[in-house]
Amino acid sequence: MKLITDFRNSEISRRLIKKIEEESSSESGYTIMEVCGTHTVSIFKYGIRSVLPENVSLISGPGCPVCVTSQGEIDAIFQIVKNNNVSLLTFGDLMKVPGSSGENLINLRSEGKDIRVMLSPLDAVKTAAREPDREFVFVGIGFETTAPAIASAVLEAKNMGLNNFSILPYCKTMPEVLGYLLDDPKLDINGFLCPGHVSVVTGKNIYQPLAQKGKAAVITGFEPLDILSSILQIIRQVNSGDYCVYNNYSRVVSDNGNRKAVQIMDTVFEPCSAVWRGLGELEDSGLGLKEEFSLFNSLEKFNVRVPQVSEKKGCRCGDVLKGHIKPNLCPLFSLQCNPENPVGPCMVSSEGACSAYYKFN
Amino acid sequence: MEDKKITSALGSGGKSTNDFVKDIICKYFGNSILENLGDAAYLDINGELSFSTDSFVVEPEFFPGGDIGKLAVYGTCNDLSVSGAKPKFLSFSLIVPEGYKFSDTEKIVASAGAAAEEAGVQIVCGDTKVISASGLKSPLVNTAGIGVLKKKLNDYGKIKTGDKIILTSDIARHGMCIISKREGLNIDSEIESDCADLNPLFEVSGYKGIKFARDATRGGVAAVLNEISDKTGLGFLVDEDEIPMREDVKYLCEFLGFDPLSVANEGAALLIVESALSSKILDKIKSVKVGADAALIGEVCSENKVMLKTPIGGIRNVEMPVGELLPRIC
Ligand code: SF4
Ligand code: SF4
Repeated sequence: MKLITDFRNSEISRRLIKKIEEESSSESGYTIMEVCGTHTVSIFKYGIRSVLPENVSLISGPGCPVCVTSQGEIDAIFQIVKNNNVSLLTFGDLMKVPGSSGENLINLRSEGKDIRVMLSPLDAVKTAAREPDREFVFVGIGFETTAPAIASAVLEAKNMGLNNFSILPYCKTMPEVLGYLLDDPKLDINGFLCPGHVSVVTGKNIYQPLAQKGKAAVITGFEPLDILSSILQIIRQVNSGDYCVYNNYSRVVSDNGNRKAVQIMDTVFEPCSAVWRGLGELEDSGLGLKEEFSLFNSLEKFNVRVPQVSEKKGCRCGDVLKGHIKPNLCPLFSLQCNPENPVGPCMVSSEGACSAYYKFN
Repeated sequence: MEDKKITSALGSGGKSTNDFVKDIICKYFGNSILENLGDAAYLDINGELSFSTDSFVVEPEFFPGGDIGKLAVYGTCNDLSVSGAKPKFLSFSLIVPEGYKFSDTEKIVASAGAAAEEAGVQIVCGDTKVISASGLKSPLVNTAGIGVLKKKLNDYGKIKTGDKIILTSDIARHGMCIISKREGLNIDSEIESDCADLNPLFEVSGYKGIKFARDATRGGVAAVLNEISDKTGLGFLVDEDEIPMREDVKYLCEFLGFDPLSVANEGAALLIVESALSSKILDKIKSVKVGADAALIGEVCSENKVMLKTPIGGIRNVEMPVGELLPRIC
């Protein structure tokens, strides 16, 4: 707990803000992308934009797993719940994400479907073990952060011999989408705040390509001082032209990541191509269940295919996720699309850029 | 006592109903007005009155720091208190699902009785219904209350730029207590609800200098401030560092991705007070138990929005909370 307050110290933050002001001297300015949704939320929550000089701008990237879940993947959840007598176990964020038809899981629950919010994949397995007569489907959404826990849930279910538990394998991985962003000619970014939670698992190597392409890459925690000091670090890299991956979250992230977590992930999953909302299909950017775990794949168990559906007309989630536009430039923003009546997941997820913009700006 | 179950007979109006009213209701709520057991209660009150009602649905019905009975009594009393009235009389109506444990029903009634006694109100009428268990796991309670008006504290017109905001307690405890006890989340936490009677705050203050009051229940502090800002065209600047909050509550909010300002309270009110008297009022409020953690958290400003000054000196908006609070993904 002490840890939290230390990283919110107002005296140190004032000094950091002053340093940022002094050192942000480049005339062309500094454009920094926070890749991770939790960073987006912290930045808004602490009003970090309001204390930065004008020539330092922060834009939000594709860093929330709910936001990048494709419409087809969401629709498949609805298909399974509607057409089968199953209980759906999900993370809270997903409850309000609309399917193509406009309804969400809260609506389905009020119609009598058994939909339960879980805090961890292992809780989901426990639930299934406790109620052997019901069939459970867990929505496995996450990045490298959550994927190991989902993988161990599958392993656990297998060890326990559960046959009433399966997952929707919707995990996605970071390196490919970072590569995609780097190849985007429209994206003019000087540096990245790299997601702390993801890095705990992957270590720092996945960001090397960023540095190689002349972008600052700083692994960052979620407290205001973490973010401010990382912004300063990026400004310094840009000023010196000396780009590298800098681990500014070393109290939590080791340079090599968490081998054990990666190993569990690799035991259960293998890379597969995945469709990212607004970005399209990216080769090897998803995690599919390996053959020997196919009994735990809800898509196979219930014979469902992820449909190819496009996002709602007018929705510019893709451009928001790519950092091309700020959320308020989407024509639906706050009008047809708001937290009470969201069109895209970026407005639903507590970590989504549109929702943060709407709530805090 | 053997563990009986509630059956439809209890709501039938016959002997079971009669026994229940005599053995349970009168035992815990006992007072001469109620014991008359007429179709209506005869009350003797002088002065202008305030009247309020609320229904209570909470899952789980027993939680650390309280239960639905206590909540229903304090909830309505607090609505009266923050409107500037001293609560006097309450009605208490219970709707119980068939098959619900008799002993738990009794516990709820007992707890409501104890709360009423502590708050100095009398429960003078009520009703019990039993409904088929489908869909309903635990009882619902409705209370209505009458209080004697001391000073109208619901007049938005009195609020002016420069007035100070007093928050009478630490925040987010009730909401986080309930969420941590929800089935499916299984969070191991000792957070107790702040469920409490707010009247002592007003009694001790003597109402002097208090212009407006509202309890920060569902939607939390964020909802109250936004509502007032909406109605008055004024706004608020609140200092996050001044908002009292317990460390474990803060930690759980962060963990689940909730903004504590939007989380429900059951024993916290916002008072808008005259600037010149604010520290005096604060001192008085801090002298009573429910107000021990009270703090001056900010002031009314002319810009029509609710703004929060963050610990690092940044400024951000505080939005009206929408919908159900849901924990985030990781
Ligand atoms: S899932 Fe984890 S890494 Fe991704 S946005 Fe949320 S906190 Fe950041
Ligand atoms: S405002 Fe709504 S529709 Fe527009 S990009 Fe954001 S989530 Fe998508």
